[in-house]
Order: sequence, then structure tokens, then C-alpha cells
Amino acid sequence: MPEPALLAESLSKRFGGLQAVADVSLALRPSEIHAVIGPNGAGKSTLINLLSGDLRPSAGLIRLGGRDATSLSPEARGRAGLGRSYQKTTIFPRRSAFANARLAAQARSPRALAPFRSADRDDAVNARARAALAEAGLLDREAAIAGTLSHGEQRQLEIAMVLATEPTVILLDEPLAGMGHGEAQRMIALIGRLKAGRAVLLVEHDMDAVFTLADVLTVMADGRVIAQGEPAAVRAHPAVRAAYLGHEADAAA
Amino acid sequence: MGGSRREAALAALTFVALALLPLAAPAYYLQFGAKVLLVGLAAMALNLVVGFGGLVSLCHAAFYGLAGYTLALVSPRYEAASLFWTLPLAVGASAVAALLIGALSLRTRGVYFIMVTLAFGQMLFYLFADTDIAGGSDGFYIYTRPELALGGLTLVDLDKPTGFYLTALATVALATLLLLRLTRSPFGQALAAAHENERRARALGFPVYRIRLAAFTVSGALAGLAGYFASVQFGYVAPQMLGWHFSATILVMVVLGGLGSVTGPLVGAAAFLGLEEVLKAALPDHWALALGTVILLVVLLLPGGVRQLADAALGPLSRERPPGKPLAAAEGATGA
Amino acid sequence: MDLVTFGVQLLNAVQYGLVLFLVASGLTLVFGILGVINLAHGAFYMLGAYTAFWLAAATGSFWIALVGGVAIAFVVGMLMEDVFVRRLYGRDHLAQVLLSFALILILDEVRLHLFGKDVHSVAPPDFLQGSIQLTDTLSYPVYRLAVCLFCLLVALAIFAVLRWTKIGMVVRAGAENREMVRALGISFDRVSRYVFAVGIALAALAGIVVAPISTVYPGMGDGMLILSFVVVVLGGIGSVAGAAIGALAVGLTDTFGKVFFPAFSSVSVYLVMALILLWRPNGILGRREV
Repeated sequence: MPEPALLAESLSKRFGGLQAVADVSLALRPSEIHAVIGPNGAGKSTLINLLSGDLRPSAGLIRLGGRDATSLSPEARGRAGLGRSYQKTTIFPRRSAFANARLAAQARSPRALAPFRSADRDDAVNARARAALAEAGLLDREAAIAGTLSHGEQRQLEIAMVLATEPTVILLDEPLAGMGHGEAQRMIALIGRLKAGRAVLLVEHDMDAVFTLADVLTVMADGRVIAQGEPAAVRAHPAVRAAYLGHEADAAA
Repeated sequence: MGGSRREAALAALTFVALALLPLAAPAYYLQFGAKVLLVGLAAMALNLVVGFGGLVSLCHAAFYGLAGYTLALVSPRYEAASLFWTLPLAVGASAVAALLIGALSLRTRGVYFIMVTLAFGQMLFYLFADTDIAGGSDGFYIYTRPELALGGLTLVDLDKPTGFYLTALATVALATLLLLRLTRSPFGQALAAAHENERRARALGFPVYRIRLAAFTVSGALAGLAGYFASVQFGYVAPQMLGWHFSATILVMVVLGGLGSVTGPLVGAAAFLGLEEVLKAALPDHWALALGTVILLVVLLLPGGVRQLADAALGPLSRERPPGKPLAAAEGATGA
Repeated sequence: MDLVTFGVQLLNAVQYGLVLFLVASGLTLVFGILGVINLAHGAFYMLGAYTAFWLAAATGSFWIALVGGVAIAFVVGMLMEDVFVRRLYGRDHLAQVLLSFALILILDEVRLHLFGKDVHSVAPPDFLQGSIQLTDTLSYPVYRLAVCLFCLLVALAIFAVLRWTKIGMVVRAGAENREMVRALGISFDRVSRYVFAVGIALAALAGIVVAPISTVYPGMGDGMLILSFVVVVLGGIGSVAGAAIGALAVGLTDTFGKVFFPAFSSVSVYLVMALILLWRPNGILGRREV
């Protein structure tokens, strides 16, 4: 089994009296999609925010590429190869799709903050931006202003931006939320392609998508992991059936 | 990007035209022109953090004034100090102050940032107004202007209106060039990106705090550059140079001229100072009231009006921002 | 410093802090509830003092000046909210900064035309004149003690209103979460108008009670505005309790700074602010990002 690209050990997060995440451990390995499911309020989003550095854990350890990343800022984790999407699409809406991707590619460039060169004339950055747009299936929309793209295209753009930073770990927070059927099918195919050489964490309510995509499945309830392993095995787990899959209809709604 | 290239070309033409002004205009207009250019430079400096960075700073007058005071304090009384060492010293003092104040203020967001910069700016104001470091509230004279000379040969006579005007113009032109390059560079794009969506900029790996601190420091240094020459022009420094009313005034110029462009604040400064002169002449007793009313009306009724006029004239980065919502450009400052 | 001198300075510090609290609590509430940063807040402090001078000179009574000044400020506050401030709800901070800066210029002109630009003093009420002899060489003015007491009562009244009345509950809820107040279906228009008017009235009240201690002069609002900002930054925006802590901290720092480091007393307050910012960027009682 390959070395994990991202490892979380006994992560916990308290907000005042509320234990949002309790003693969660998981490993994300290259070329694997690791899905995290659970009813609303199970702590999935908090977990993703802990992994990306948007929140600091109350206890526990995070290792990124074998190095301790527990106290790193989101930007330091970004530079260390971690990319993420947010539940609410997080892009630069007033710039073109290409400019969005270019900024992302720039962040990864050795001249990310050069003060006197021209930002739009860096061939390596431009090429990486185009490649990312192409991989996300958005190259034909590169000139459109991001804010005018459809919801599904904006989510694709967000993933293109993540790709342009050449990540080793990708965290996706409900990438299918709010999508129509056609858009969702495109996105599922895109996520399936993302795992080539990368470790992907997928938080998603759409069970069909999860069972189509996931190589590893973690089920959370009340901030804890109640089951973890291969999807088929987890699905059969009695605690999961009791705590979660019985409510599948609610959660998917 | 095309907009900013057009802006650079237009700025170059304007500066060339302005360089010809001494052939036609009498000394009074040259003095007024130099004043507009230097205050406009301070506004351009401020706009780097407000318009591009989305950080509403209310302490830029302090950087402007600090450079002037630095010159006043190091200038010998009866002989001219050389510009070649007083200028870097004064600008350096402003840069260091901006670095320190920025390092603390940038830990805060939105309205805290406004209040904290205001407070630190006033700290420097009181430092000069309440102590006798340099004349207290009465101010301090620079008896002899610094000289721009090499090996005994005077290159430009800063005592003459034409010499001073051309020096100020050259300084502002160089600063404009620097700002045009800076805002188009990866650094400038990262600064703007952090303003448009801080969360995304950080997730991409941009070190937002350091980017902002660098921009704040450059901005403070350029405000100091303006303040240095302004104090050379008037031969006098007073605490009001550092006071927050001046900070707010140049902020008004920034908004008048347009937040999204490098040279807009120069236009804003010309419009503001021109209007001030007209109002002072027309309504000697009520000009401040009239000026306040104009600002009020611009904010309330024409948030995009003056900006759009400037856009039409200069064609800055308007493509990247929806028209008619110039103030929204500082929305990032409200903290996402 | 002997104990009596120390006591006197401590009283001065507390009195200063209490006056600051009156000004800053209005500022912090207006921001907390209305989301508006009001740079013209200090101008109302100055106008309050001038109004008190004018009413006291016209009627010969400090009490009429006090009550009349606060009432005028309250009404002006209501009007201001109606005409200008409500246009700023939801606008960005830059627009708010510019509009309130324009208001400062205008209010300064109003002051110039109504009251002139002279420096004035206001006599305290007769029975509060005189001093208490502490030692052979030290005495403490009765009026300053009365100011302490009065401001303390006003501060307690503010806390009582916030704690126990319905409108206080709404205001506290609004400081926590503006949207929630709207969601509760409470008439936000009325609440916001009262909050702004009360904030202005408190600033004017502070200006009035201070008038007999300091002098009444055109620039008095500026210094107060900046210090109120420091207080709000120290305490945390929207927190009235934080404003109380911040105001006392500034009062103590300023007063004892003047005693121990006279040359740098005006800088000491800002150094304290810098230290607090290193420790807690959102203020002592501040929680949320704004």
C-alpha cells in the first residue's frame, strides 16, 4: 500500500461546548478516492476545514507528504501540495475563467510574487493554466467571465484552479451540491479522472456518486468515525446501517 | 490587461504634455501644478492598498508627513543638504513606519483595520504635535531647501518654480511607471486576488499577510516620497501633514479618481484640489461646507459617476469590474 | 508618589475612562447593530459641549444645558439616521468612511456658524463648585467627583437597559447577529434609529459633562474620536462590556502615562493598543470577524 499523502491522527475540534469532530483518523493515499459520508451535522465540513487549515484542531495531528502540517496555515498547506474546493463555490468572479486558472498556476510558480515582470506573459504559467482548464473540461469557456458561468461550470472552474496548483492532495467539499443531473454526471466523470496520481478526499451526500467513485469510505456520525474501509464492507456494517444509511433518503434530500 | 496598457500610453502622453507646461504657464500655476502632482502621488500610493489591495487605510498622511519631518530634522539651517541622501533617508523612514504599523494593523480585518490605522496614524501626529521634537503644534521650518547637485554642479535648482515643478513631475512619472508595473506583475495580481477572494487566494497558497504587508510598505514609502517633495516645496512642515483629515482627504481623491486604476487618483487629486480652489474663491466663508456637501453627494448619489467619467477619459481596468459600483471594489476590506 | 496623590490620579483616570466609555459605547453599538463606522461620532461630542455652553450662557443654568443638550442631540441623531446614515446600511466601509468624513466637514461648519470658533468654559452648577481638601496641599474638585458618580450611573443604566429591557435584548441580539434581528421580524428601522440617536446623545452627554472640566474648543471631537476607536479596538467591536474595559484601560494608561512619562504620554495609549493587538487582534471581548 502506498505511503499516505495526507494523514490525520485522532483529530478533534471543539466549538465551545460542541464536539464537532472527535478522535477522527484517516489516511489519503495517492490514486485513491476516499469518500467521507454521514448525516448533516456529522462533522464532515469541519473535518475538511481541519485538513485544509481553515480551522485549527483542538487536538490531533495532521501529516502532509510525511511532514507535520498540524499548525500550518491554509496558504502553507496550499504550497505543500494541498488543494481544495469549498461547499460554496470560491472563485474570482470578476475575472475570466482563464485569469482564474492563471492566478492558480501563478501561485505554484517560482515567480509567484515577482514584482516587475508581466503576470500575463509567463508562458509556463499560461500553459499550466490551459492544461488545467482542459483537464476540467472548460477550455472552450476560458474567455468567459467566471461570475457569468453556470453553476456547474463554476464548480468545474474551481477544480481547474485546484489542478493548476499541481496538488498531490485534493479535498472536495460537496462538489455535486445544487447540480442538475447532466452537470452532476460530468462532474462525477471529472472527479473520477482526478485521482490519477493524486489523493482525493470527497465529502458528498449523493450516495450513487459516492459508491461509484469511492475506493475507501469513512462514515461519520456526531463527529466520530463509526466505520471505515472498503465501500462494500462499510455498507454492510450494522452500525452504519443503523446510524446512517437508514436516513439515506433524508440526507440526499 | 489591455486597459492598463492603454492607461500607460495615456499617462505617458499626459506627462509629456505636462512637461511642456512651464513654456506657457506662469509660476503660480506651476506651483499649483506641483502641489496637485505631489498630493496626487500620495493618493496613488494610497490607492495601491485601497483600490488594489482592498484595505482602507487611514494613516497614509502619517507616512507623508513623517518623510517631511525627517527632511526638516536633518536639514542644516544655513546650507543645503543633498537630495541624494536626504531623500532615501526620508522615504526609508516612511517605509519603516509603514512596515511596523502594517505588521500590526494587518493582523486585523475590515473595520478594525480602519480604526487601528487611524489610531496609529494619530500616534505619529501626536508624537510631533505634543512633543518638542520639531516645533510642536507650531510646525518647523526648512530654512534651506535640499539641493540636487553632483560635485558642486547644480543639476536642478529646486528653489525655482520651473525646476521644482519638473522634478516633481519626473518623480511622479517614475512612481506611476513603478505602480503600473507593480499592479500588472504577479505580485500585483496576487494582491488583487487576495482582495477579490481572500479565502481562495490563501487556499491557492498565496501568503496573503506578507503580500499585503509588502504592498502597505511600498505604499507608505511612496506616500513618503510625496511628502518629502511637498515639504521641500513649502519649506515648512506642520503636524497637520500627518493628521487623519489629510488621510481622509486623499481617500476622497482616490474614490473621485477611480479605485481600479493606477493614475485615477491623480485625476481625483486634480479634480479635488481644483474644486477646492474654485470653492474658496467663490464662497470664501462656506467653502468647507460646500466641499463636504460635494463629497456627501458623490457618496450618496453618484457612487459611479465621477469614476465613470475618469474611465471614459483613461480607460483603466474597467473591464474587470462591473461599472457603476466603484465602491464595491473595496468590499474585500469589509472582511470576507 | 504618595498614597493620596496616587488616589487622586486614580480618580482622574477613572473619571476620564468613564467619560470615554460614554462616547465609545455609542460608537461600538452603532457599529455592532447598524454595521456603520461613524467617524463623525467625535463631532457630536464637540457639538454637545458647544450646545451646553450656548444653553448655559443663555439660561444661566447648567441643568437646562445638560437636559436640553442631550435632548437636542437625540433629535438630531434621529434626523441624521433618517437622512444620511440609513443610506449606508449594507454599503461598504469605504463609503461609510467617506460619508462620515463629509459629515465632519459639514458639522464643523455648522459649529462655526452657530457658535463661532472661540474657546469657552462652562461653569459647573453652584452646589458642585469648590473642592474637597485632602491634605494641606492637595484638594479635589467636587465637580470631578460628581462627574465620576454621574457617568457611573449612566453606565449602569446602559447595562441595565441592555440586560433587562426588551429593546436591550433586541440590541444585544443585534450585536451578536444582525440578520437574526431581521429574521425575528422586529422593526429594524425603529431599533436602528433609536440606537443611532442614543449613541449620538451619549456622545453629546459626555461633551456636556466634560465642558466644565476641560474647555470647549473646536478640535475637541477629534482627539475623543481617536481614543474612542482605541477603546473599541481594545474592547472588541459591538461589545459594551468590552468598551467599559477598554475605556478604563485607556483612562489609566493616559493618566499614569502623563505622570510617569510626561513627554510620551500621548503615545503610551497607542503602545498599549499595539500590545493588545499582538495578543488579541479582535479585542479583549471581541469574538467575530467583522
